[in-house]
Amino acid sequence: MSRKFPLGYLLLLAALLFAPVVVYPVLVMKVLCFALFACAFNLLLGYTGLLSFGHAAFFGSGAYIAGHVLKEWGWPTEFGLLAGTLAAAALGWLVGSLAIRRQGIYFAMVTLALAQMVYFIFIQSPFTGGEDGLQGIPRGHFLGVIDLANDTALYYLVLAICVSAFWLIYRTIHSPFGQILKAVRENEARVVSLGYDVAKYKLVAFVLSAALAGLAGATKALVFKFATLTDAHWHASGEVVLMTLLGGMGTIFGPVVGASVIITLQSELADKVGSLVTVIMGAIFVICVLAFRRGIVGEATALYQRMVGRRA
Amino acid sequence: MEIFGVPVQALMSQLMLGLVNGSFYAILSLGLAVIFGMLNIINFAHGAMYMAGAFLAWMGLTYWGISYWWSLLLVPPAVGLVGIAIERTMLRWLYQLDHLYGLLLTFGLALMIEGLFLYLYGSSGLPYEVPDMLGGTINLGFMFLPKYRAWVVGVSLLACLGTWYVIEKTRLGAYLRAATENPRLTQAFGINVPLMVMLTYGFGVALAGLAGVLAAPIYQADPQMGSKLIIVVFAVVVIGGMGSIMGSILTGLGLGVIEGLTKVFYSEASSTVVFVIMVCVLMVRPAGLFGREK
Repeated sequence: MSRKFPLGYLLLLAALLFAPVVVYPVLVMKVLCFALFACAFNLLLGYTGLLSFGHAAFFGSGAYIAGHVLKEWGWPTEFGLLAGTLAAAALGWLVGSLAIRRQGIYFAMVTLALAQMVYFIFIQSPFTGGEDGLQGIPRGHFLGVIDLANDTALYYLVLAICVSAFWLIYRTIHSPFGQILKAVRENEARVVSLGYDVAKYKLVAFVLSAALAGLAGATKALVFKFATLTDAHWHASGEVVLMTLLGGMGTIFGPVVGASVIITLQSELADKVGSLVTVIMGAIFVICVLAFRRGIVGEATALYQRMVGRRA
Repeated sequence: MEIFGVPVQALMSQLMLGLVNGSFYAILSLGLAVIFGMLNIINFAHGAMYMAGAFLAWMGLTYWGISYWWSLLLVPPAVGLVGIAIERTMLRWLYQLDHLYGLLLTFGLALMIEGLFLYLYGSSGLPYEVPDMLGGTINLGFMFLPKYRAWVVGVSLLACLGTWYVIEKTRLGAYLRAATENPRLTQAFGINVPLMVMLTYGFGVALAGLAGVLAAPIYQADPQMGSKLIIVVFAVVVIGGMGSIMGSILTGLGLGVIEGLTKVFYSEASSTVVFVIMVCVLMVRPAGLFGREK
């Protein structure tokens, strides 16, 4: 099976390369940004076993910082993205070093509370523009040459960012470092007894995840040319949990599937049912937890293995 | 008369409002702690149940003319019944799994309940009159004490202390503590643990409903009142730790008062002060003020 996966990736990449011809590129870019956000989150939940309920703080700060340096300071696009990523990483280091002092369910509560604190700081800080958010963020020129005002040009930049980040996550998971993260998820006490500094591994994973979430937020700010409080709200934290859960936590590809389904569903339903979207999201949550804990990719893999097993 | 340049009247009224908030923190964190002890689940839907309590009181008065006093009596059991239905149909399938699933499920429920009320009633709050008997203020000489706020603090304290008494001092409470400590052994002694689990969840949620009814005349019935509160209550729970009932009550009240005082002296920080305290506690005493390191 491991041989078939790279082929699948290549097919998907090919499909994504031609996607803007068929589909509205901004929608695909939104899906890509949230897919990256969910993959970053999954690195923590699926591979380290840490449920962060405050990842919107990193997504939001990535968006705000990138937006601020691009709009107010006139930085080039690539540095704007970098600034957003680094800001989120720094925030991730702060939040992470506090949150890893508690385990399990407390970890989730601490991250949620700290993210709410960040949210309140964003509301009060003048640079975020309060309720209006940061409007009219310039996309600029990539490397000073490619005009990103063109949606297609921006699309390929976003695709490149997401594919590289996805590759980074893939490599992390399959590295010795990733193996230790998985060991922490399975049996933390055992890893401690083997002499690993678990707190350090958790913190590095947390910072990496926060940085990539910030990159996703910064990219999203570039695509939509605005950053608002919605990006940092706890609803966004819940959404990324839902995407990962629905797609399949602890699977490499699950968050991408989950993000695609949720974003498509939201944009399809928004006009038809209005605020009932939240109720539907909640219902999907409940159904996933009760009946569908492996998620779409997890269930599909299990089904595939059962079929292969029967044939053999 | 002034203290630190702040008029006593303003200081006292914020202190009173802080106490009111603190008693809501206390009731909700107490409920969370009791539920966590028995079910091993952090009930994210607690805030939604609080909100539902306020809305049921409003709906009772508006649609059926049920007075505040009857609401106070009827709404908590009604919310408790909803909780029992949730426990029977959903939560009980999760007891064998990781704690995280309970949090995720109740998070989904919270989204559903909040979304439904938002859809039906919009995001602006619906006003609820203070009952006549509790309207007006009492002149204490140095301040005017609004009767209703004093009433809220009194009822909340009574509910909290009653819960503490039942759990710590009665036979039923002893069964409950035994089941929290070791459910299988308790069951082997012939105590119906699943029934107790069900009633515990119902009771914890009913407390949230009671807080909701108490809150309706102060904060109006607002679909988002629950989610705003529950995140602060999580911070309260992290600060206090869930090991001790009395600890939850004291932490809740104390943080409410601190928040009220912050509003007077440095109002910009009033929304974040609880989180800042949480950060400090995490640095100094990660298990929480009253927590036990497991």
